[in-house]
Amino acid sequence: MLEKALKGTPRYYLWIGFLLVLIGGASGAYVMQLMQGLTITGMSRDVSWGFYIAQFTYLVGVAASGVMIVLPYYFHNYKKFKDLVIFGEFMAIAAVIMCLGFIVVDIGQPQRMLNVLLFPTPNSILFWDMVVLNGYLILNVLVGWTCLECDRQHLPHPKWSKVLAYVSIIWAFSIHTVTAFLYQGLPGRNYWLTAILAARFLASAFCSGPAILLLVILLTEKLTTFKANVEGIATLAKIITYAMCVNVFFFLLEVFTAFYSGIPGHMHSLVYLFKGIHGHAELVPFMWTAAALGLGSLALLIPPKLRDNMKLLPWSLAILVIATWIDKGLGLLIGGFNPNPFEQIAPYWPTGKELLISLMIYGTGALVVTILFKVATEVKKEIGASQKPVVEAE
Amino acid sequence: MKLYNGGKIITGLVIFLGIFLAPFAYNAGKAAYSQPKLKMPENEKECIESKEFMRTKHMQLLNDWRDWALRDGKRVYVNSKGKEFEMSLQKTCMKCHTNKAEFCDKCHTDAAVSPYCWDCHIQPEGLKK
Amino acid sequence: MNHTRRNFLKFAGLTAAGLCVAGSGSVLAASGAGSSVKEGEKAVRAKRWAMVIDTKKCGTKEAIDALAKACHAAHNVPDIPGKQNVKWIWAAGFEEAFDQPNNYMDESLEKRQFATLCNHCTNAPCVRVCPTQATYKRPDGIVAMDYHRCIGCRYCMAGCPFGARSFNFMEPRLHLDLAKLNKEFPTRMRGVVEKCNFCVERLAQGKQPACVEASQGALAFGDLTDANSEVRKLLREHYTIRRKPSLGTEPSVYYII
Repeated sequence: MLEKALKGTPRYYLWIGFLLVLIGGASGAYVMQLMQGLTITGMSRDVSWGFYIAQFTYLVGVAASGVMIVLPYYFHNYKKFKDLVIFGEFMAIAAVIMCLGFIVVDIGQPQRMLNVLLFPTPNSILFWDMVVLNGYLILNVLVGWTCLECDRQHLPHPKWSKVLAYVSIIWAFSIHTVTAFLYQGLPGRNYWLTAILAARFLASAFCSGPAILLLVILLTEKLTTFKANVEGIATLAKIITYAMCVNVFFFLLEVFTAFYSGIPGHMHSLVYLFKGIHGHAELVPFMWTAAALGLGSLALLIPPKLRDNMKLLPWSLAILVIATWIDKGLGLLIGGFNPNPFEQIAPYWPTGKELLISLMIYGTGALVVTILFKVATEVKKEIGASQKPVVEAE
Repeated sequence: MKLYNGGKIITGLVIFLGIFLAPFAYNAGKAAYSQPKLKMPENEKECIESKEFMRTKHMQLLNDWRDWALRDGKRVYVNSKGKEFEMSLQKTCMKCHTNKAEFCDKCHTDAAVSPYCWDCHIQPEGLKK
Repeated sequence: MNHTRRNFLKFAGLTAAGLCVAGSGSVLAASGAGSSVKEGEKAVRAKRWAMVIDTKKCGTKEAIDALAKACHAAHNVPDIPGKQNVKWIWAAGFEEAFDQPNNYMDESLEKRQFATLCNHCTNAPCVRVCPTQATYKRPDGIVAMDYHRCIGCRYCMAGCPFGARSFNFMEPRLHLDLAKLNKEFPTRMRGVVEKCNFCVERLAQGKQPACVEASQGALAFGDLTDANSEVRKLLREHYTIRRKPSLGTEPSVYYII
């Protein structure tokens, strides 16, 4: 079925070409990083994880989000999601590939990557993260590709694909829980040392991931003959809204515990992020923007009239994605390392090269999404599923 | 039988053979490969193990030394003849083989091998800025 | 047997796999012709190494910088300016080093500097999180680092509650005086994490750690399980505190206040 990605409209070729040029150009920065080391990033002795790991954390959430479509369809026979499932799975594949990419560019000795496999260490959560991420990738590739191929041949899905789909639902929850465990078991980092971190991660994943997926699906509708089931879209928007409510609620729970108890360790990171400490207030405008956009997105998503307005929905989803990205992609890492173990503030900001290398990974993800979605939409066109109604000429 | 696209195939084959045989053509007429002349230590005639053993297994030996000395904390090696050595690249091996460029590098360069030992371990002749 | 393409491929694949396994079997066999390994006789041994720092005797930045100079010289630690620096032992104030905030401290404690280094915790979080066991706990209590195996993921740096670890963001040799290197000890390469190693290589020679030797008696180093050791004697006679004890990591560095 991959041959379906080789032929397309001129606009399609232009987009693929643009992505290839972007990835190739940005990889120059990665070559510099391979030659000079991670000194070209903005990371320091105090903030030893930065933009790369933050993107990894956000994208694990996006990867897990496919389950919001797969679960209702497989567990509860929600037929309206029938034609959206493949897009959830394919988005998950692209997201996991980006996660693995961000990890590879972050480690200091990438040629020794396989040491994690050669010397398995079950007490290390990073070992399990590697296991579950790669397992999830394999699951989605197997189930997604097989089911799409079967649809194309007008064959019923094999029984084992249903079993693996059930496994992937449980697995999706586990990948983001394990990623949260990376953070929430570290005794020295108060911002992360909270049991609710895994729950916060999942809530944030289940609103931001489907939001990104929905945006890409709406874009796909504009660019191809694919037309998603209108009720399916509406249900997905409802799921996103509920998940965002839970996400905001969990964050407010953290705020309560920190400030009602008054314990400095609990408060300091939040104060640094939202008010600034010792004159360091670099992240304050970002965090308040995230708060405003997050609440704004809820205001636009909770009322059904606004949520069902298909002209407004993309904007509501976009500001939701920005808000959740600031929270997980900036606030989580920088707030976690600040104040440092010596109660000092160590400001961090990604460098230009760091952002270029991140662009390279994001470009790769976009390329994977483009190719996989092209395959999926072409197959659906071939079998006549979920197509736009043909308008008869007068 | 007709050879379809025969022109392209023959051309491709000729180009491929040209590229494949180029290294041999480059070396035609030059002397055969001779093993490099290594600078042997002046004061010591016996290495940790025999010459044949070291030639084939020094990589494995160094790996084992690394794990025994660093990870297990056992730093004394008793060789097959009962002689004791401290397991250390810089303090034992390079005390006799006093010049990396004239000993280690001679064979490594010819074999196109670049072990990463020297990224950390300091060669006895010292580092240039 | 059916002479189909599929069967041929199955047969070829199995043969190739079989040849690989047979080949690797011979490689994995014997290494080292009839040899054995043991510890050196001069090596000092302990069941649990610990350090006691008398902060009254070594409580100024100059004194602690002298310790750092000895340590960094012995271990070829680079001197990098800025925030991507590498340090194994350094001076910190009371508020920075300890989690006992006190808004009206006595004057001498307010001015005093404390030597901070890796605490070689019994229950070290860095050991727990390392995915390759490049950071591991030796039987004698020292938390050691295997730079050959470290992949530079920096999970240990996130896990350490004491900020004891440094990452080689760049090639360390660019910031070392290449003429003054300690030729008995390697440098590290970029992309690995490093920290104080309680001078395991000096202990193997029967010597004391470099900082202890340079401290002129302010630092004591010994076996915690030996009731007659110098460290136990000091701990019996003086009031000592450790850094962040409530985290349960059981640090092995004690400070006489």
